[in-house]
Amino acid sequence: MQEVNTIHENKLDKLRESLSKTSIAFNKNLLVELGDFLENSDLPTTKQESWKYTRLTKLSNTTFSGFNEKSTLLAVHEKAYKIVFENGKLRSKEAFEGLNTLTELSSTQLSEIHASHEVFDALNLCYAEDGVFIEISKTLDRPIEILHLSNGNKINNLRHFIRLKSNTEANITMIFCSEKESKNFSNCVTEFHVEQGAHLSVTKIQIESGQDIHLSKEKVIQHRDSNFTLNTVTLDGLFVRNEVEVAVEGVYAETNLNGVYVANQQQFVDNHTTIDHKVAHCLSNELYKGVLFDKATGVFNGKVFVRKDAQKINAFQSNANIIMSQDASVNAKPELEIYADDVKCSHGSTTGQLDEEAVFYLRSRGLSDKAARNLLVSAFVGQVLEKIENTEILDFVYGKLNERFGWEY
Amino acid sequence: MIKIKNLHANIEGKEILKGLDLEVNAGEVHAIMGPNGAGKSTLASILAGREEYEITAGSITFDGIDLLELSTEERAREGLFLAFQYPVEIPGVSNINFLRTALNEIREYKGQEPISAKDFMQMVRDKSALVELDSKLANRSVNEGFSGGEKKRNEIFQMAMLDPKLAILDETDSGLDIDALRIVANGVNKLKTPHNASIVITHYQRLLDYIVPDFVHVLYDGKIVKTGPKELALTLEEKGYDWIKESILS
Ligand SMILES: Nc1ncnc2c1ncn2[C@@H]1O[C@H](COP(=O)(O)OP(=O)(O)OP(=O)(O)O)[C@@H](O)[C@H]1O
Ligand SMILES: [Mg+2]
Repeated sequence: MQEVNTIHENKLDKLRESLSKTSIAFNKNLLVELGDFLENSDLPTTKQESWKYTRLTKLSNTTFSGFNEKSTLLAVHEKAYKIVFENGKLRSKEAFEGLNTLTELSSTQLSEIHASHEVFDALNLCYAEDGVFIEISKTLDRPIEILHLSNGNKINNLRHFIRLKSNTEANITMIFCSEKESKNFSNCVTEFHVEQGAHLSVTKIQIESGQDIHLSKEKVIQHRDSNFTLNTVTLDGLFVRNEVEVAVEGVYAETNLNGVYVANQQQFVDNHTTIDHKVAHCLSNELYKGVLFDKATGVFNGKVFVRKDAQKINAFQSNANIIMSQDASVNAKPELEIYADDVKCSHGSTTGQLDEEAVFYLRSRGLSDKAARNLLVSAFVGQVLEKIENTEILDFVYGKLNERFGWEY
Repeated sequence: MIKIKNLHANIEGKEILKGLDLEVNAGEVHAIMGPNGAGKSTLASILAGREEYEITAGSITFDGIDLLELSTEERAREGLFLAFQYPVEIPGVSNINFLRTALNEIREYKGQEPISAKDFMQMVRDKSALVELDSKLANRSVNEGFSGGEKKRNEIFQMAMLDPKLAILDETDSGLDIDALRIVANGVNKLKTPHNASIVITHYQRLLDYIVPDFVHVLYDGKIVKTGPKELALTLEEKGYDWIKESILS
């Protein structure tokens, strides 16, 4: 019998080879602990429940040289306080009260930052290059835009920490984009702390190159009477996974997670969300919609926990997908775990083709087949996009959709 | 304006139209009546260009052009309009925006400039007044959450906006209350010119009190089996279709 070679190459080790240890003053013990964890870990496989439909071969098959150069891309948002990161390093920032970057801070100031024993979270911290540390104690006069540019063949580990002190408001846009030829891996982690009565609205726009890999995680903690909205708009990239974890720790809080993903060719977009209702009297709304062309694949996994004492919770979740070709597909899975009895929860997931009756109706009024289909899909995701309150950003998204897919708004 | 000759059509291997002839000239109103399942909506769908039907024989010329060679949208741009028996609901697509796109596609086809925003809005006001369609409905998503009658009114509103040469109204009267029926019929009459024509499919002679037809046809088992003046509708109302079936069999 032939001998089977069982030597197993550690894919995580291979990724780490091109990285340098962080120079940010994180807690030393934490770095050691996470370093040990990484030593004993490997990339997740589809055997793990939360990676069941998400194969990391695109990541493990890529070798990152670390090569990078200046980007020609620019900020989109005229009115905002702009913070620009390029290839993982700070390029520019417009100062405002409460803004620092991680490299500027001491270990005492950074003591609140932790990472869990999850490969990409731990990797991000141990190899973090920079990131913002924002504490809003007075509502700003303008929105904030954090632009992540990349150009090259590098792994970017940026880590952000954003806190809204009680009763403040903020509107933040996070844009991820890269040059056409780029082949980067962006592994971005952001923590949001929304204190009592604070309102935070975040719009994340992903328009990285068709060869880029993007993983990001948003960890949100909401306190009493707070309001948090995250709009995730994924319009490009080879492989994108967004993990959102919201811990609702204070009563009367509201959480809104909205997502739009439009993918074509071989693109892969995965949205994993978790809303953990730990206390009573809260509301959460989740609405994700996707349009998949060609051989594109989508994954939606929405977990909602309602803990035992979290009564009077209203939690609504909806995911809808339109498949524009025979070869496109979606794996959608809502997971509700409800341990309280006085709650109102709903979830629904649909995946289907465009309504041919509607296409015919529009054509019978003079629209071309293409115009009819474009109108229908753009309207389909438009119902989510219109939740973006910042009109400048909304126009930017519409512009991108027009550029990429010819949709008109 | 339109000449249908010996039209045979199948769906899923089943023959629905079995040698249908019909000619409609500019300035005329033709009513088509006939029992359920006779093929009236099938005829309307084929005229509008629905692709599920297989045309096995016959021809349709529309102002001299071979209609069967044209796509659905080209037919619309040439001036053919179908008011659907069951208009679809299209969430998220605003009635007004889509009509503006449609109107401009038709104008472009005719070599005309796109309509200005101001003229368009004026037109929306005028035409929605014509069919007494609440302007709020004009602004909502296409037919979404509209009542049955509102959907039918919206069809006539769209017809008024697009100003077709030939309009086919497929049971536009069903689901309308008496007042709405009068309003819709009035709208259709006001849109009538010596240059356009309409085919009105209905089960009820009542509609024909308002939209007075030049001809009434009976479509039975895939063919026009009888044609007469408007009084034929009264006879049908009174006697039903049995006498026609019998006269065919004998
Ligand atoms: N997709 C289909 N497959 C099979 N048969 C069909 C299909 N569509 C229509 N038919 C059949 O074609 C026949 C004609 O239908 P059509 O809708 O044209 O009738 P109609 O005259 O408009 O009737 P009504 O007065 O009820 O509106 C019916 O017997 C119907 O069942
Ligand atoms: Mg019918």
